[in-house]
Amino acid sequence: MATPCVSCGAAAFYRLFLGGRVSLTRRQGVWKAGAVELQTGTGFQILRLRHTTGVTTKKNVAALRRETYTVDFIKKQIEEFNIGKRHLANMMGEDPETFTQEDIDRAIAYLFPSGLFEKQARPVMKHPEQIFPKQRAIQWGEDGRPFHFLFYTGKQSYYSLMHEAYGKLLEAEKRQNQLQAKGLFSEKTETKDLIGSRWLIKEELEEMLVEKLSDQDYAQFIRLLERLLTLHCGAEEEFVQRFRKSVTIQSKKHLIEPVQYDEQGMAFSTSEGKRKSAKAEAVVYEHGSGRIKVNGIDYLLYFPVTQDREQLMFPFHFLDRLGKHDTTCTVSGGGRSSQAGAIRLAVARALCSFVTEEEVEWMRQAGLLTADPRVRERKKPGQEGARRKFTWKKR
Amino acid sequence: MASAVPRLLGAGVWSRPLRPRLLPSATPGRPLPGGRTLTSAATSAVSAPESSTDVSDRILSEPLKHSDFFNVKELFSVRSLFNARVHLGHKAGCRHRFMEPYVFGSRLGQDIIDLEQTAVHLQLALNFTAHVAYRKGIILFVGRNRQFSHLIETTARDCGEYAHTRYFKGGLLTNAPLLLGPGVRLPDLIIFLHTLNNVFEPHVAVRDAAKMHIPTVGIVDTNCNPCLITYPVPGNDDSPPAVQLFCRLFQTTINRAKEKRRQMEALYRLQGPVEQGAGGQGPAAPPSLGA
Repeated sequence: MATPCVSCGAAAFYRLFLGGRVSLTRRQGVWKAGAVELQTGTGFQILRLRHTTGVTTKKNVAALRRETYTVDFIKKQIEEFNIGKRHLANMMGEDPETFTQEDIDRAIAYLFPSGLFEKQARPVMKHPEQIFPKQRAIQWGEDGRPFHFLFYTGKQSYYSLMHEAYGKLLEAEKRQNQLQAKGLFSEKTETKDLIGSRWLIKEELEEMLVEKLSDQDYAQFIRLLERLLTLHCGAEEEFVQRFRKSVTIQSKKHLIEPVQYDEQGMAFSTSEGKRKSAKAEAVVYEHGSGRIKVNGIDYLLYFPVTQDREQLMFPFHFLDRLGKHDTTCTVSGGGRSSQAGAIRLAVARALCSFVTEEEVEWMRQAGLLTADPRVRERKKPGQEGARRKFTWKKR
Repeated sequence: MASAVPRLLGAGVWSRPLRPRLLPSATPGRPLPGGRTLTSAATSAVSAPESSTDVSDRILSEPLKHSDFFNVKELFSVRSLFNARVHLGHKAGCRHRFMEPYVFGSRLGQDIIDLEQTAVHLQLALNFTAHVAYRKGIILFVGRNRQFSHLIETTARDCGEYAHTRYFKGGLLTNAPLLLGPGVRLPDLIIFLHTLNNVFEPHVAVRDAAKMHIPTVGIVDTNCNPCLITYPVPGNDDSPPAVQLFCRLFQTTINRAKEKRRQMEALYRLQGPVEQGAGGQGPAAPPSLGA
């Protein structure tokens, strides 16, 4: 019964002794993968047939290899950039100490005017960290030992993140078990943190880790974080928040025009609106009886078509203030429909100053505050119109 | 045990007929940075006693004169293995043919592993691990059971070594310059906490380590193939207490060996320039660190 063990042990030992002999010829201090060395050994026919790593494989050609920038090279580039920045400031007659990146851009655009359409092809002078892609420094020390304990997995940052997250999950579960054992566990629902933020997308995570990820890796990570969130533990919230990005509500970006006061003390608000090629400016008074004057003419006479007048009335109708505001507008350009749309946008924007924030959000969701981006599409050669093709004849 | 005899490091009986004596360039007794201790162990045991007064030579050759320099025997006992349920194997139907020598018997259809043999193998494996760690070798812990992935990674981090309990990319060991960067140093020892991967097939690293001449220590269960593993340790790899025991043992041995190395270096640095003759004694008793 012991014989099969001994024979396979003998075979393994024999192979190892041969390998040992090869490794003895290895030069000290130069780390080479064992496979490469096997090629240089003579007389080890068994091993050679087994395994050949080609140093001259196509992938190792200089032109195809990704360019690696050494740390010294990047440092030198940064020094040169700083010196060049000071020279540039002197050239432009500005103070070298307070020369910002915008000043640099302006100076370069002045000194090297370029007619190229592609912005990225124009001359640029930026900090080397923005030009040279972020690369990994050498991962091991002088003795060859890697710094990170998960180096041999290939994706050390990602797996160490998974390890950390899973560790936190285990701790949270343990704490929950302890609380349950003591009877102090209470069901808490704290989903407030999730509203207004989203998970980092795969590209952002890749940028954070400086490592390539696959879709499955990313999905697995998000699943782990969501599982961590279900445990509702305060200590882990900060860890999870690192991977959440807040999504700003669109309406906050709106500029609400200030209310102005005229000679009689009447409050009014002015704003502009555009649609196709029509431009309009509307002045909405706070108190009135619902009169609308367009270019000095009453809107019933200026817009004979009902549809255009409905467009004008819509902002007031939406806010239930149909007979409460007086409006005076000026409009030019475009046709009747686009003029009506331009005035509608201007009126809606002006009304924002008299109305609560909630109603402004409702107006935004109704589409009253968005400028209609549709413009006439150009006609293309070889076609009859923008989209219409010439009649196709079979023969 | 007939199977255990060839494995003892000190024994030169096995090595003589196999090792050809054609090494003009290699200095006998000067082990390599790669730390492939098998040949260097045999060299120092068989060839003439070191004549070099170099401190590093003495540091490296001193542990090889003792059969259990790091006293790994005291870290475990057959009783402690039994309490950790290391003797429990899989059902008789899952038994691998080459594991039959290590199986004590079977009870109610479940195989029981012979703990006497396990103890011998474990002592050899821990001794080897300690020597590799003493010589500052890179140790890689491999295991594919997701239940213990976190534990293995924590163990590796705590003893300052490396772990790989994730999806194993094909050419990681055999095509390392391409995957990990040119000039990378491969592990000098691979410890398998689980020899099989998630589909109950032998882990790719077992075969690749044998190809790359990297010695392996592996815990082989009754359904595993112990053939390509240098120091197989028959034992249970599925129960949490068993895996925790093994992790603790490996961690203790590695820490012990590194501590010992620090002590020896400090000792020889003090003694070396003053007196070279007396430096050979070294601490004869193994370190009595808290087990």
